[in-house]
Amino acid sequence: MCLAIPGKIIELLDDNLAMIDVSGVRRKVNISLIKHENVQVDDWVLIHVGFAMNKISEEQAKEQLQLLAEIGEEQEALAEVKGYQFE
Amino acid sequence: MKMRFVDEFRNPELIRKTLDEIERIIEPDDHFRIMEACGGHTYSIFHFGLQELLPKNIEFIHGPGCPVCVLPPGRVDEGLEIASKNSDVIFTAFGDVMRVPGKKGSPLNYKAMGTDVRMIYSPLDALNIAIKNPDKKIILFAIGFETTAPSTAITVLKAKELDIDNFFVYSNHVKIVPVLKSILDQPNMRIDGFIGPGHASVVIGAHPYEIIAKEYKKPVVISGFEPLDLLQSILMLIKQLKNGESKVEIQYKRVVMEGGNVSALEIIDQVFEDRPAFEWRGLGAIQNSALKLKPEFAKWDAEVQFNVEKITIEENKDAQCGEVLKGMLKPNQCKLFGKVCTPDNPVGALMVSSEGACATYYNHLYSTMSL
Ligand code: SF4
Repeated sequence: MCLAIPGKIIELLDDNLAMIDVSGVRRKVNISLIKHENVQVDDWVLIHVGFAMNKISEEQAKEQLQLLAEIGEEQEALAEVKGYQFE
Repeated sequence: MKMRFVDEFRNPELIRKTLDEIERIIEPDDHFRIMEACGGHTYSIFHFGLQELLPKNIEFIHGPGCPVCVLPPGRVDEGLEIASKNSDVIFTAFGDVMRVPGKKGSPLNYKAMGTDVRMIYSPLDALNIAIKNPDKKIILFAIGFETTAPSTAITVLKAKELDIDNFFVYSNHVKIVPVLKSILDQPNMRIDGFIGPGHASVVIGAHPYEIIAKEYKKPVVISGFEPLDLLQSILMLIKQLKNGESKVEIQYKRVVMEGGNVSALEIIDQVFEDRPAFEWRGLGAIQNSALKLKPEFAKWDAEVQFNVEKITIEENKDAQCGEVLKGMLKPNQCKLFGKVCTPDNPVGALMVSSEGACATYYNHLYSTMSL
């Protein structure tokens, strides 16, 4: 639960939610913690327990995804993202 | 022994340079004990075989950075007891909590015995279960360091906004700096510096560690999770140590801001307050080391709304989780390690989560021995 998962914002939604894409998996996450960062579609963010924690660069996002793959946690990370069931 | 070759890593050249620089600075008489405070770091150090790459006189001490590992036995039972005694209560928790052994079993065992236990991936999912089940009472067994606390706090604010009155937080949120201080206060403790957690620091930034650098004179370097991140952080720590310095530095600059995430800190402050004391596994009660809901959120506080029976568990007397958490014993030096206590049959929480020091040791010891 401690490693953060990188995702790309593909749509901004009401109620502090955004649709994100993590390696093809799309789910809603909450973006209230990074509102002050003026989040836009196409921004990359680090996600932890269904919340975007901060903005990161695309390069950093790719590195983080690769790290998850290298330590064998990629499937678990995707399972976690699939687990978010926000309405 | 499985040998790691530097060429297997990304940036092999930078890794080699960093290792060379560490070799160059360190002298034969040095012996540095470095604590990595985060379970994710422990995992990376083992996974990438970093100890084998580094000079022998750098020793890693595995710190208390896995939130389920530091929970005192009994805490999970307390939450579960509420659920098992009340048929209208649903107990929700993250996957890491599901297998933590308690007095009468883990959350999964309770589930098998008929208690409504559900695994969630986000605190918001627990709130949604509450919305969908208005005739039930949902307990969120909230856990985590500062990384997770703002998410729980937002969920509570959301419950307030939507006027949901069947959602309750059983807070076990803990704080990283007080526990590091308490470890430094232990008798006979020798730690020379800290690798600071990457993701809790996204929230708190660098300033809260100043007390460790200034008062305890121990350098802190906040690190990322890649092999290169960790090696650079070790180099930064060793440079400070050789220069007799103790500063807080951020290696993981691409993710961690000096001042942390201001919105997240404000939201934590809005919803939570410090507990005067909180019990930690193996470390005893530590002042102001954990968070509980503020009185104005009492309506959503499971500890206020339910009669929580305090459960203290007699631990297996050979279990040495406390010593391992304090860095006094390596996991494989615990009497139960690998014989009685295994990831399939964990006696202590350090064997449960993949980020627990004992599980990490076990998995890597056995994978390297079999080669
Ligand atoms: S091996 Fe088991 S009992 Fe021993 S310290 Fe680790 S988790 Fe605790």
